[in-house]
Amino acid sequence: MNFRTLEELSNDAKKLIADYVSRIDDIKAKERTKIPAQEMPAQDPEVRKHNLEEVALGYTMEQARIEAMRCLQCVKKTCIDDCPVKIDIPRFINHIAHEEFQDAADVIKEASLLPAICGRVCPQETQCQSNCAVGKALKDVDKSVAIGRLERFIADWERSTGKIAVPEVKPETGKKVAVVGSGPAGLVVAADCRREGHHVTVFEAFHKLGGVLRYGIPEFRLPNDIIDKEIETLTAMGVEIKTNFVVGRTRKLLDLINKDGYHAVFVGTGAGLPLFMGIEGENLVGVFSANEYLTRANLMRAFEKGKADTPIYPSKNVAVLGGGNVAMDSARMAKRLGAENVYVVYRRTEKEMPARKEEVAHAKEEGIEFYFLQNAKRILGNEQGKVRAMECLRYELGEPDDSGRRRPVVIPNSEFTLDVDTVIVAIGNSSNPLISQTTPEIKVNKWGNILVDETQKTSSERIFAGGDIVLGAATVILAMGEGRRAAAAINKMLAEEIEKEKAGMN
Amino acid sequence: MSKILFKKQLSKDVFLMRLHAPLIAEERSAGQFIILQVNEDYGERIPLTIADADTKEGSITIIFQVVGKSTTLLSELNEGDDIPTLVGPLGRPTHIENFGTVVCVGGGIGVAPLHPIAQALKNAGNHVITIIGARTKDLIILEEEMKSIADEFILCTDDGSYGRKALVTQPLKEICERNPKPNMVIAIGPPIMMKFCSETTRPYEVFTQVSLNTIMVDGTGMCGGCRVNVGKEIKFVCVDGPEFDGHKVDFDNMMARLNSYKEIERAAHNCYLEAEIKAKEALR
Repeated sequence: MNFRTLEELSNDAKKLIADYVSRIDDIKAKERTKIPAQEMPAQDPEVRKHNLEEVALGYTMEQARIEAMRCLQCVKKTCIDDCPVKIDIPRFINHIAHEEFQDAADVIKEASLLPAICGRVCPQETQCQSNCAVGKALKDVDKSVAIGRLERFIADWERSTGKIAVPEVKPETGKKVAVVGSGPAGLVVAADCRREGHHVTVFEAFHKLGGVLRYGIPEFRLPNDIIDKEIETLTAMGVEIKTNFVVGRTRKLLDLINKDGYHAVFVGTGAGLPLFMGIEGENLVGVFSANEYLTRANLMRAFEKGKADTPIYPSKNVAVLGGGNVAMDSARMAKRLGAENVYVVYRRTEKEMPARKEEVAHAKEEGIEFYFLQNAKRILGNEQGKVRAMECLRYELGEPDDSGRRRPVVIPNSEFTLDVDTVIVAIGNSSNPLISQTTPEIKVNKWGNILVDETQKTSSERIFAGGDIVLGAATVILAMGEGRRAAAAINKMLAEEIEKEKAGMN
Repeated sequence: MSKILFKKQLSKDVFLMRLHAPLIAEERSAGQFIILQVNEDYGERIPLTIADADTKEGSITIIFQVVGKSTTLLSELNEGDDIPTLVGPLGRPTHIENFGTVVCVGGGIGVAPLHPIAQALKNAGNHVITIIGARTKDLIILEEEMKSIADEFILCTDDGSYGRKALVTQPLKEICERNPKPNMVIAIGPPIMMKFCSETTRPYEVFTQVSLNTIMVDGTGMCGGCRVNVGKEIKFVCVDGPEFDGHKVDFDNMMARLNSYKEIERAAHNCYLEAEIKAKEALR
């Protein structure tokens, strides 16, 4: 695919828009499917692979309106069904088509508090866009209405106006809610509980807020400014923030309830310990979990060489193991940090990769090489204990497994060696052990994930949980969905208590 | 944010600081550590063991050795200054009970984390034998404190400038040969010293606990940078440790991993020192 600049894409849209706008409500469905799908403008790959600026630049106003006009406003709204937080998608898109951006923002805000983030990091092609009628008509899911890009457009537009409305907060109830972890699940709980007038404290172990949004997702995909803005909204609502506070260690979780007077606790401590392959050589110098590599680069700012005190390993040839978004982020970050060759090694084919399609496409444009149907067998070291190569095996696809994906089967004697000095393991995480270690009262499954009921309540009274600590490694939007459900349960529990207390006084 | 309440230079490169941290002081137990940053935006996260705590004052004591840029910056802070990031207590506390006779071996700066553990073991009724050692006299710290706890106290230096001229492994071996042999050894110090303490006690089958100070970023079980091979398993120092069975730890791999960034860090430290010298010259 040829790279097209923002200017070219913008000019094309400007040429088209007048005609569509003149008959905006009379365009027939058939013609709508012929409106050209708008490409996301991006930084030139040759430039961006050396910087940390955001890759995707966002639609221009004309592009957004044209893309919005592609929506058929279906009667059966599969997009809403497939959205974990049930945004009224056709309605906000219709507002965009009519240049009613504030209305569009209001519609999104009814369901999602963090559209600037979701628009950027949700896997739309497997959610809202997966059953879009336009994509179906064109027999290509990539041609579905670009709902995520439109959501982002509105969020960015609202931010650019400089007047993001601070959600209304009800009168103080005197009830206290503790939110453990400031990742996507925790941020949603904080906002939803604060809106009901409860005092909310967010406890974060790191010195900066945002959890995986900050330490995991790189700036070129989700700029820190955007996370900062979302958190500003929370503090403007009166949410109290405590950084450098490890619940379980700095304070026992149950002490928050028994000694500090919190009436409810939400545990959103996220995915914890990185998983490794369990192969020979995995502890050699030069083997990193994606978590460590990305945390050094993102949170600790190691990308800013000369400024940051946290070092990052100097790499020439990097192998990344895995096929998810974290693998894409690691590979692209390694490139930006100066690696000459970056290989993504994945044991299935491109079709089975869980990463967002746009990220895979961007990675390819940046020169990341993909080795499909291959996997690491062992990592080889030199006499100083440093990585010098990785031995791999080739695979072929066999019968489908439980997940419906065809199972990769190793081809015997297919070993070959890849010369690398760095290996980044991005095959997922197991749950963070801190809460279960320090709070045995909370029941967990054999993988350490906290067990919850349908309202996100744990086995302990007044303690709720959600996000990756419950789901295992999942997505930002699913974590937000769990946070929303937990907040609703907490709000209901506290409202009932307030009712009872009132009745008791009369 | 945490204020420096007290600062004292213990030897050429070793400093003691008392930091205002009431919550950590209240929750911490022997064996646990903290992570601090001297600069919140660009600073490195440094794990340091808690040497002592005072719940009345709401303070913890850290003792650190200047080894690179970050510890140099820390050593340049003074009483009344704030440390922007301080988090803890991290890691699992030392398991304390009456084991019988316990040998506490501290090497160099490792005496700092050893002190609260020896104290707790003493309080639990153990017969505590203490061996502290360093390269040379100037690097011996907490001598009086350790002596006051110990039922038996042995001090040695590599160069013989103070106490017995020996490596700590020599008296340790002699104690292991006694009848009855000690019930347990706790060794804390540089990796190479912990490795050889473990090798010394292995033939005598005396359980030897070591406290590892590996590379760490978050310190809460997320990054995996601190992993070590213990027996056949991968363990994470920040959540599974910091204390492990020294007979099972793969020290060679651990030491190689500790040196991952050595060249970069040396360059950064030299760069910083040069800049400082230039700045001082400019002031003149």
